[in-house]
Amino acid sequence: MSAVVAEHDDHHHDDHAHGPEKGFLRWIITTNHKDIGTLYLVFALAMFFVGGAMAMVIRAELFEPGMQFVEPHFFNSMTTMHALVMVFGAVMPAFVGLANWMIPMMIGAPDMALPRMNNMSFWVLVAGVLLLASTLFMEGGAPASGWTLYPPLVLQTGKALPFAIFSVHLLGISSIMGAINIIATIFNMRAPGMTLMKMPLFVWTWLITAFLLIAVMPVFAGAVTMLLTDKFFGTSFFDAAGGGDPVLYQHIFWFFGHPEVYIMILPTFGVASTIIPVFARKPLFGYSSMVYATASIAFLSFIVWAHHMFTVGMPIAGELYFMYATMLIAIPTGVKVFNWTATMWKGAMTFEAPMLFSIAFVVLFTMGGFTGLMMSIAPSDFQYHDTYFIVAHFHYTLVPASIFILMAAGYYWLPKWTGHMYNEKIGQLHFWLSVVSVNILFFPQHFLGLAGMPRRIPDYAVQFADWNMISSIGGFIFGASQLLFLYIVIDTIRGGTGEKVTDEVWEDAHKHGLEWTLPSPPPYHTFTTPPTVIPTEHI
Amino acid sequence: MSSSETYYIPHKATWPVMATIGLVTLLAGFANYLNGSSVGPGMMAVGFAIFIVMLAGWFTLQATESESGLYNTQVGISFRMGMMWFIFSEVMFFAVFFGTLWYTRNLSVPWLGGEGIGAATKELLWPNFDATWPTNGPGKLVDGKPTSNGEFEPMSAWGLPFLNTLILLSSGVTVTWAHHGLLAKNRDQLIKGLIATVALGFLFVMFQAIEYHEAYTEMGLTLGSGIYGSTFFMLTGFHGFHVCVGAIILSVVLFRSTKGHFKPENHFAFEAAAWYWHFVDVVWLGLFIFVYIM
Repeated sequence: MSAVVAEHDDHHHDDHAHGPEKGFLRWIITTNHKDIGTLYLVFALAMFFVGGAMAMVIRAELFEPGMQFVEPHFFNSMTTMHALVMVFGAVMPAFVGLANWMIPMMIGAPDMALPRMNNMSFWVLVAGVLLLASTLFMEGGAPASGWTLYPPLVLQTGKALPFAIFSVHLLGISSIMGAINIIATIFNMRAPGMTLMKMPLFVWTWLITAFLLIAVMPVFAGAVTMLLTDKFFGTSFFDAAGGGDPVLYQHIFWFFGHPEVYIMILPTFGVASTIIPVFARKPLFGYSSMVYATASIAFLSFIVWAHHMFTVGMPIAGELYFMYATMLIAIPTGVKVFNWTATMWKGAMTFEAPMLFSIAFVVLFTMGGFTGLMMSIAPSDFQYHDTYFIVAHFHYTLVPASIFILMAAGYYWLPKWTGHMYNEKIGQLHFWLSVVSVNILFFPQHFLGLAGMPRRIPDYAVQFADWNMISSIGGFIFGASQLLFLYIVIDTIRGGTGEKVTDEVWEDAHKHGLEWTLPSPPPYHTFTTPPTVIPTEHI
Repeated sequence: MSSSETYYIPHKATWPVMATIGLVTLLAGFANYLNGSSVGPGMMAVGFAIFIVMLAGWFTLQATESESGLYNTQVGISFRMGMMWFIFSEVMFFAVFFGTLWYTRNLSVPWLGGEGIGAATKELLWPNFDATWPTNGPGKLVDGKPTSNGEFEPMSAWGLPFLNTLILLSSGVTVTWAHHGLLAKNRDQLIKGLIATVALGFLFVMFQAIEYHEAYTEMGLTLGSGIYGSTFFMLTGFHGFHVCVGAIILSVVLFRSTKGHFKPENHFAFEAAAWYWHFVDVVWLGLFIFVYIM
């Protein structure tokens, strides 16, 4: 293993010794934040299509009432695996990929603070997802109890159970290592003059997300460890006959699960806050209130978990407390939506693909927020619980929010990463197909849920047929549209439009972030000498 | 903040990939073993061996780099932050099991006994269940199986556990004494302090093993003794595992100390091991109070 000390002075920079390893091995033993970021992003994109294929199975089965294509148990495996693959294989790794690529470049650091651990967190992620995927081929099938893995149902899983549990452990280890690295990088590696309150919002949201990850991934690990011992070692944590309580699992799971959903949304907020000012040609409105709102949302995420369990039979005081605490989240979230809107107010806006996806995010995420507010009201939630209304709600906060912002991030930074411009025409087509079809896909699910259609079922009463068919058609269009994105990514890497992009790519982007002061594509090592000019446009 | 010094960025890391292969082989082997497959134990052994070789290799590399002066202060801060947040993640892991103990003792067991929201539950399910602590539940579980009169004896605080408390607290003192020796360039004190700490650590583990043996053979207290057995063995078991890990880390630090490693201004590995040891110590105090005494 050769050791190369990052040169103090760029003039002494020896590209030959500092460049990437030749051949395929480069990607396996790399410690470079850009390489690892690329690995994360490519892996996440692949898993997005794997998880998406599972969603297509679900929507195909639900196209009509009655059983069409798959067995009920396999259907339930699909809902479970779709969720786990999308959460742990696609959305979270995609944001870690963005963090790897962008955080060092945004704060003027030469790399991540702990480069070897950075490599390990990626490969442990791959191992965890492979272990999870292997359960699909086991006797008794993949886990089919929903991504929440509630006992006692999950304990009826066949051979897959211990593999699924250990995959959760591996995914947890990977996330914790990634999060530790991000915190150490942000606290320890900022260029002189890059004070905390000058950091781009993306860096801020990731700092807070990383804290959430370290706090809750061990909690999930503990919960599934108890599932393992209940199944194989005779403990009775979740068995009332031994004095345990299955509801305890739900409390522990959601103590993890609620922060977990914010782990997927806070970096989303960060990217939106990065993109919108550039295309509105204005500084971000209310920078410091954005930071405080993010911190408030993160804090609240720890004290609202049981709103996922209103119907489980809690004491009335618990129901009331969790109801009011949950409603509080609307305040900092409202601050954010207000700030994004105010940033656009009287801005000289242009509507390239990143901006279109970001605007759609603001509008459609707010929709998901409103339905969240409806569900926070405990007596109303008794009606919505475990129906398609819930499915519609969280898909609005994940697909046209997290996924759309990941698309936006792709369009926004691909020219920087590759040095090539993507095809804007196909990007626009991708956007309009996605934004229309995502609403055809998920909006009818609100009606289905309010009419009483339960989640996680392969068949349904005929009264739900029409909206299900419309939802499925939207799903197929949405799924097919994403192939355009795949095409654009590959095309851009291979040269795109052939247009040579400038360092700042987007008009005046250099005022908004240090990454736009670097060449496109940036050299293998950047900021080996800390930069001295800090953009201050955002404050 | 970046200092004007250069930050050490390693290249071409092979140990992390080894670590991943070792880890996933070990866990997949364990899963196969739990499923009753005959390849399980073999896979576990191979995975464990890879993992141990990886640990030895990676730590040797880090130690060599550290001693050759590649790590400046800023790199040291990154390492320290890494350790700090790792320990925080461990705190959260233990919090799950302490939380479980709290929830079952104060909420779910009383509910089973008919308190609060549990009135109907008691009537319908186990009208004869009397909610007390310790308990193996309304099913009077023995080795995870319901019985009609299964009894067990709870672990008393004032025998071996109290002795173990004294041992761990003393080991906290000896590791600090060793640290003072390191800072004062008194290598003899450093080595003696570490030997004492490691010895106390393994003594603790030995007493814990004796305690477990008694529980299983004489007291009828096992992992399957209902919720008391589950929480007791899960909490003390994971803690005991962490004591083993901590003692092994300290042994490595001791070995390096005898090789002349560490300087008063540069001894991250020692600090990390000491922090970890104090963390293990604090968890034990929590256990002693909430599991044994209360």
